[in-house]
This record gives sequence, structure tokens and C-alpha cells, in this order.
Amino acid sequence: MSDPREIWARLAGLTPARIGLGRAGSGLPTREVLRFGLDHAQARDAVHAPMDAEALASAIAELGLATIPVASQAPDRATYLRRPDLGRRLDPEDFLGLQAAAESTDLALVVADGLSARAVHENAAPLLKAFAPLAEQSGWRLAPVVIASQARVALGDAIGDALKARAVAVLIGERPGLSSPDSLGIYLTLDPKIGRSDAERNCISNVRTAGLTHAKAAFKLHWLLARALTLGLSGVTLKDESDRALESGAAAPALPEPSRG
Amino acid sequence: MAYRHVVGPRTHVFADLATLMAKATPVRSGDRLAGIAAESAEENAAARWCLAEVPLAEILARPLIPYEQDDVTRLILDTHDAASFAEIAHLTVGDFREFLLTATPDGLTRIAPGVTPEIAAAVSKIMRNQDLISVARKARVVTRFRNTIGLPGTLAVRLQPNHPTDDPKGITAAILDGLTLGCGDAVIGINPASDSVQALGDLLQLLDGVIQTHAIPTQACVLTHVTTTLAAMERGLPVDLVFQSIAGTEKANAGFGVTLALLKEAHEAALALKRGPLGDNCMYFETGQGSALSADAHHGIDQQTLEARAYAVARPFRPLLVNTVVGFIGPEYLYDGKEIIRAGLEDHFCGKLMGVPLGVDVCYTNHAEADQDDMDTLLTLLGAAGCTYIMGVPGADDVMLNYQSTSFHDSLYLREVLGLKRAPEFEAWLHGIGLTDEGGALLPGSGAPLLTAAPDLAA
Repeated sequence: MSDPREIWARLAGLTPARIGLGRAGSGLPTREVLRFGLDHAQARDAVHAPMDAEALASAIAELGLATIPVASQAPDRATYLRRPDLGRRLDPEDFLGLQAAAESTDLALVVADGLSARAVHENAAPLLKAFAPLAEQSGWRLAPVVIASQARVALGDAIGDALKARAVAVLIGERPGLSSPDSLGIYLTLDPKIGRSDAERNCISNVRTAGLTHAKAAFKLHWLLARALTLGLSGVTLKDESDRALESGAAAPALPEPSRG
Repeated sequence: MAYRHVVGPRTHVFADLATLMAKATPVRSGDRLAGIAAESAEENAAARWCLAEVPLAEILARPLIPYEQDDVTRLILDTHDAASFAEIAHLTVGDFREFLLTATPDGLTRIAPGVTPEIAAAVSKIMRNQDLISVARKARVVTRFRNTIGLPGTLAVRLQPNHPTDDPKGITAAILDGLTLGCGDAVIGINPASDSVQALGDLLQLLDGVIQTHAIPTQACVLTHVTTTLAAMERGLPVDLVFQSIAGTEKANAGFGVTLALLKEAHEAALALKRGPLGDNCMYFETGQGSALSADAHHGIDQQTLEARAYAVARPFRPLLVNTVVGFIGPEYLYDGKEIIRAGLEDHFCGKLMGVPLGVDVCYTNHAEADQDDMDTLLTLLGAAGCTYIMGVPGADDVMLNYQSTSFHDSLYLREVLGLKRAPEFEAWLHGIGLTDEGGALLPGSGAPLLTAAPDLAA
């Protein structure tokens, strides 16, 4: 048989898992200890680095979209991590401000720091750039893009409610994995209201250059929203079959099938 | 009935037993989030004084959740072993701590069926980490399926070869990595990315093929919802162990989509398959502090007590394996390394005291204030405490679930410093194929004997 080292190099190509690392006694080789340390450092930084809301606003403005900054009731990162309930509540003044700006729209888009500002910095504007033309094709009216700091997913319910939008899509930094500190999640909720449950949302996850590309994520979001608006539902009862539409090369989402009850 | 404790000029009053237990718990973020934690260090200490004076018989007589409201309470009381309890019935919580520190292993085995989760949780709250370790170390819980798990001086490892898209080649490569590093005696257990029965079937066939072809004395499990595993058994797929996540209240279990009746149905179906040549322990449960609060099903009870109640759910099913996934849920429940370490030791202690074969997923997420050094500390303490098993994840990085657990290498470290052996049948298999010496230490050679013996796996 061939050299075990060659076999391990080949096996390691079959999975992103850290296999065939070798060992020094019972421990890891030095390079693997250092590699793990660097990856953990990057994931930690992604959690604690503050979101640059101004830079995001100007990047989104370049796409021709207006923005409004808001904050949750979590005053800082340390509180945010301990008190998920505060991250779901909108600052009362911001709620009134959004209500004042509200016009009846189809979709409110929220860019939220969540657990990785890095994910938002790297992926939010490119995702919106890919999505905006699809929304325009469908003739959807978009509310100004809300940039929310110290935010959890459910903050979008209050935002969508205040803006009187038919649906809300929250683009949020996901909990960073050791090998994916830059992953963006998208949560779509129809008829946003305070108190919606997670079972009423559809999720598109792992949006990043090395994961689900911006173009594919935009396609999925467009497909799901079209379905949600037509069927009048979102969440576990709305199954994501956009992959089939993507494979068949459909440019626009297929017409909804008759409901099976 | 209210409880009182006087400290100098101040009288601390605790409205009821649930409040007293919550206030006596070493402080952690999840109980703060629920608004039930002690509000000062003195209140925390006063509650422990007060709790130490509560008779065990009183804890048994005052269910934290009423019998009529919760099927876990009914299970605890209906299956309580009064004969075993008789030996400790006269003790207070404080006396019970001293009883445990002096007890023999046989004594702990004798009282286990009489220990309710509330009693285990109460005494743990007045114990230091060293107490939790020394008592748990004496408790013996041995289970069997294709090998023998939990013998004194042994530590087993779950080989966890997860892959983000369930790719069979990627999973096989990770299994090979784990086996060549001497891991996999607790179970080879996959968390699948997909929850379809078809995907489950493919993974079950893969695991069964590996185990049968190479006559590995271990068992397989795909950790999917119990209803999916039931469907797999109906289709005749090879199911060794039935897995389910469970919690300590009826409502929290409903949040997981399970009832006690459903667990019973699955247990009976797995027993009927008779796949375990050495024993019929065929259930695998996972738990973790904070799951009831996150499901809004905590009834104002602290998360550590609720966690012990989850072991009461597991106990009647005589599981092969039960593990707490201690740091997975995040910093809103266990904030930092200190809280995770304490919780891991408490969970392990409570499980063992109740006669449940407790292992621990020593783990953390990247938004918790914890790192590899904290995990090394907890891992080493659990090794000293006689933990039944730990996880083995390639390089400690789970690329499917996005969290950090313990690695294959971590188990080698623990065996080396504490002299811990594997399940004897698995130890013999590793030696038989030439991976280890007679003492169980890995031989040099990057796993060449297994790569040679199993060319299909390395293909």
C-alpha cells in the first residue's frame, strides 16, 4: 500500500473537518495548535468587533437605497450577549421614528449585526446589490433599509411592524463557526409583528463567498418572498424548493402550486 | 411555605422551595436571564445555609411542578423507590452531602433509585467542585450493547464524524481518523445535516457496514428525531441506538416534539431488534442546562435542577449513553469558562448519583467567554471524576454544528495523564489489528495497520 501520509492527504481532501493532523505524543503538532488558535481568534473578533453602520450606510446608498439607523435596547456587547430579550426589543424612540417614516411597502430589509459584524460588512451590500434588481422586476415596493445594531433576529418584527411592511427580511451576522467567521443569515417573516415565533420564519443560511454565493442567496430570497406573498404564509409550512427552480434555470419563481390544505 | 435564614441583622426570606433552590445555585447567566438568580453574594450564601437544613423527605413531599401539571413530575414520583430512599430519608441536604462523601461505591448504587433529581440538584448546590468530583468518581454505572461502558478506570469516546452535507466519503474519512486515534468505543454517532428518512437510511447503512465488515465492538447512531428513527426501524434499517434530545419538563419536551409515550414506543421497537450481543441498553439521550428556559417551559425553576430532571426522564429507559452538551447553548445560559466548568461537573455528578451513565460534551461556542484552556480544565476534572465518555471531534472543530468540542487527541491526553482505559472489548480490537500496544498506547505509524486492514475505507 502507499505511504500513509499520502493516504491522509487524500482523505483530508474529502471533508472540511480537521483530519489527518498527525500528533506529537498525545498532543497536536505545533502548527495545528497555532492554526486553531488563529481561527478561534478570528471568530472571537467577529463576535466582538462593532458594526460600522456609517460605512454600511454609504455602501448601501451607492446602490440607490435609502437607510435608517436604529438600535435595540441592549446598550453594549456584554449586555447583548447575556440578554437576548433586550436584543429583540427596539429602542422606543427608534420605533416612533420608523412609524413616522412608514409608507405601505411590500418588504422591509434590515441589516443587523447579530453575532458577526464582519459577516455584515462583507456580505450585506453585495447581497442587496444582487437582490435589488430582482425586487424591481417583481415590482415590489421596498422600505428604506434599516441598519440595526446590537440586534437579534426578532428585532425585525418590531421594525417591519413600525414600517407597515408586508414582510421583513433580516440580514444578520450568524454565530461564527471556527471555519466560518463571516457567515450571513437571512430570516424572512411575513406580516411582521412583535411576538412572531421562529417557526414563522424562513431561513437562508451560510451566505458568504465560500458558502452560498450572494447571487444564489438573492435568488432564494426572491423565490421565498414571492411564494410567501402569494400564499400568505412563511415559516415551516413554506418549504424552500428554490433549488429546483435554480437547477431548471427558471429566471423568475415558478407560480405557486395549489395549496394542499 | 417560606424558608428563612438570618445573617446578622438581616433575615433572608425565600418564598418556596423552588425559589430557595434557585437562589442557592452558584450564579449563572441563564438563571439571571430568567430573573430567579440570587441578587447578592450574601443572598446566595444564605440560601445555601438554608437549603442545607431542608430534610430530603420534605423535598420529596413538595414537587417543584405540581403532579397534575407535568408528566415528568408524575414519572419521578410514580417510579420513586421508597426502599432505596429509606436509607437516606432521615437526612437533611447538609447531612446528605456528608453521607455521600463517606459512602462506598456499593452504597451509592444502593441509594440511586431513591434519589430524585430535586434531591441530587439540591445537594449539588452546596457542594464544591471537589465534592462533585470525589462523589461522582465512586458512583458505578455500567451499560452494555456491543461492548461494556462505564467500568472503573475506563473512559469511552463517541466518535463524531459530522459533515456539513452528510457526504459519505467525508464521513468515512473522519471515522477512519477517529479509529486510528483509538476513538469510537462509546458510539460512532453522526449529527446529520438532513432530517429525511432517506438520508438517515444511507447513513445507518454506512455505519453498519463499517462496524460489521471490520467487526468493531461498538455501536452506531444517527442523531435524528425519534420519530424519524422509528420510521427507519419500520423500514427495517439497521438501528443500534435510538437517539433523542430531552429536557426536564413536559412542556420543554413538547418543544422537542416528544412525549414519554413516544420514547417508550421507540424504546420497545429498538429492544425488539435485539442487536446488542452483550446487553440491551439501546437508548442515547442528550440534554443541556438552559433548554427549558429557551423553550419558555421552566416554571420558575433554576436551570441546573431542570437539567437533573431530564436525567429522571432518561433513567427508566436504561440508556446506554446520556450526555449533557454543556457549553453548546451559549453565553446567555452559561456565560464563561467558569460557569461551563461548574455546570459540567454538576451535570455529571447529578446523573451518576441517579444511576444514569453520564458523559459530557465538553464544549463551547465562539460567543462564550471560553477557550481551549477552559476545556482542558473541564476535561481533566471530568477524567478525575470518572466521566463515562466524552466526544471525539476531528481537531475539536465540528464543521457541521459550528462549535468546539473535544478532539480525538484530547482523549489520548486524558488517557495518558490519568491512566484511563477504553471499553475492554474495543481495547482488545485495537490491539488485535495492531494499532495499540498491550498497554493500549497508540503505536507509531499514522494508523497504517487499519489503512491496510480496511482498504475499502481508505479507498
